[in-house]
Amino acid sequence: MGRYVVRRLLQMVPVFAGTTFLIFVMVYAVGDPVNAMFGERAPDPATAAQLRAEFNLDKPVWQQYLLYMADIFTGDFGNAFNGQPVTQLMSTAFPVTLRLALIAIVIEIIFGIALGVVTGLRRGRPVDSSVLMMTLIVISVPTFVTGTLVQYVLGVKWGWIAPAVSPAAPVGELLLPGVVLALLSLAYVTRLTRASISENSRADYVRTALAKGLPRSRVTVRHLLRNSLIPVVTFLGTDVGNLMAGALVTERIFNIQGVGFQLWQGIVRQNSPTVVGFVTILVIVFLLANLIVDLLYAVLDPRIRYA
Amino acid sequence: MTQTQTQPVPPSPSGPERLLEVRDLHVEFRTREGVAKAVNGVSLDVAEGETLAVLGESGSGKSVTAQAVMGILDTPPGRVTGGRILFEGRDLLALREEERRSVRGARMAMIFQDALSALNPVLSVGYQLGEMFRVHRGSSRKEARERAVELMERVRIPAARTRVDDYPHQFSGGMRQRIMIAMALALEPRLIIADEPTTALDVTVQAQVMELLADLQREFRMGLILITHDLGVVADVADEIVVMYAGRVVESAPVRELYRAPAHPYTKGLLDSIPRLDQKGQQLDAVKGLPPSLLRIPPGCGFHPRCPVARPLCHADEPPLYEVGRGRASACHFWEELLDAE
Repeated sequence: MGRYVVRRLLQMVPVFAGTTFLIFVMVYAVGDPVNAMFGERAPDPATAAQLRAEFNLDKPVWQQYLLYMADIFTGDFGNAFNGQPVTQLMSTAFPVTLRLALIAIVIEIIFGIALGVVTGLRRGRPVDSSVLMMTLIVISVPTFVTGTLVQYVLGVKWGWIAPAVSPAAPVGELLLPGVVLALLSLAYVTRLTRASISENSRADYVRTALAKGLPRSRVTVRHLLRNSLIPVVTFLGTDVGNLMAGALVTERIFNIQGVGFQLWQGIVRQNSPTVVGFVTILVIVFLLANLIVDLLYAVLDPRIRYA
Repeated sequence: MTQTQTQPVPPSPSGPERLLEVRDLHVEFRTREGVAKAVNGVSLDVAEGETLAVLGESGSGKSVTAQAVMGILDTPPGRVTGGRILFEGRDLLALREEERRSVRGARMAMIFQDALSALNPVLSVGYQLGEMFRVHRGSSRKEARERAVELMERVRIPAARTRVDDYPHQFSGGMRQRIMIAMALALEPRLIIADEPTTALDVTVQAQVMELLADLQREFRMGLILITHDLGVVADVADEIVVMYAGRVVESAPVRELYRAPAHPYTKGLLDSIPRLDQKGQQLDAVKGLPPSLLRIPPGCGFHPRCPVARPLCHADEPPLYEVGRGRASACHFWEELLDAE
């Protein structure tokens, strides 16, 4: 187990290097960051050259990349062009997005799995059909539609919630955006759980559990659900990464100043250090989430052993 | 609600007390293609300490009968549509689900065919064994684990104490089946239903497992229903035999007598299809054809399309179970001819 983790961590190094290098090249190769700083006006050539030298922009891309990586490992993500350290942006943005993602994940787990179990055990009945229909609707309607709709109806029209989240983003204000963010994955978790439960409910070990005289609830939770969760956990694991990065739309709608918001601003303003910095952290989040999922497999299914 | 009083079954004048009495049991499965009549009026008896073998091809209704007795039919699509199941004097079909559940596992238990799929792959065997004590007896986790070790020792699993936390896939086929047996024995039930308990095992292991089962049955004086299609196993351990075809009992008899002189052409066909060492090189007399679809059981005698002695009467009249001797019955119009021929 320990050796497996070490091996997996080592495997992450090339993946990490490859993805960050790609991002780095794409961000710095497209457009000129120095020009972008000056907006519409053409910069004074001397100033531009000075800035290029300061940000190492006059060196070849691979050298820039190595210098950047060296800085990152000392905890220096560089400064945004307005002089604000990127780490400072991160320290305000990540906690907000983390709270939002956690709310979404908890909603997905509780409601997705519960709905999946209920429908999986009653396949073809009215409950099943109506939930299935709802998941289809949720999957086909994009988040910006549901998000804006919820914001308009609950926030503007009925005034139940504040239409925009305050900069501090307390959990209470994030609840509804969390629901909006969770909806799509919630639909997938429901469908995955439903399929898995319905398939496993005819398994021999379920019949054995019934023959042992166990109560229905115990058969469902301890025997059936335990076996059915494996594909769901995989999905949830990869979804952690998606929720961290993909909250872009939701964060824009509700004006939440999290990772998606900062990334969006960084891209629009060609603020390269911000974009590369945030994406680097997201790459690490993805990699770790995948490792944790793989380790969870072994916990859920003892037939899987890592050597 | 508590007026589920059923008359206790009077003990039969001779022999041990009746444990299970199935009377005229009917089970149907509603499928998209129609109603499959899996069990059509099956009656059988098991006494304490007795082994009843239920013999038949796949689809003869033997497993469905067992599941109906245990109360673990897939409902829907399966449904008991008629009959009575008297167990220890109570009509199981009249019990509320909660009462029925307390009987399952505790008073009657079941051993399944393929222990690898019948045991839960993600729970340790100790947990699965201990669950019996935790649910039915309210034992603590620690106590249940201790009892699980004892059970594993009782079914002769080596190094039980160190293996109690292992998972089913870490055991060999024979050891897994022993664990299934241990689980069935956990609460010392009065009746065990073993559904092809040795089919998935190697021949040498089969013998060991059957021997263990027979030993334990003698020790606890349990009733045992042994569902099988293996005539060899039956001859060794069973007292009585019930032969099933298309959801009906076609013959029932004490084992010896049935082997000596079958009173139904289907039974005779089954016995003739056993390969014999002294008839090497000869054509094996298998029962020709396939069992009927349970959606369309032929009128008259269900066996007539495959029967070598079928006559016009058999196409029209469903034969009742004729008394053909002391404790013997056959559902063939021409049982006398068969018995005389022997």
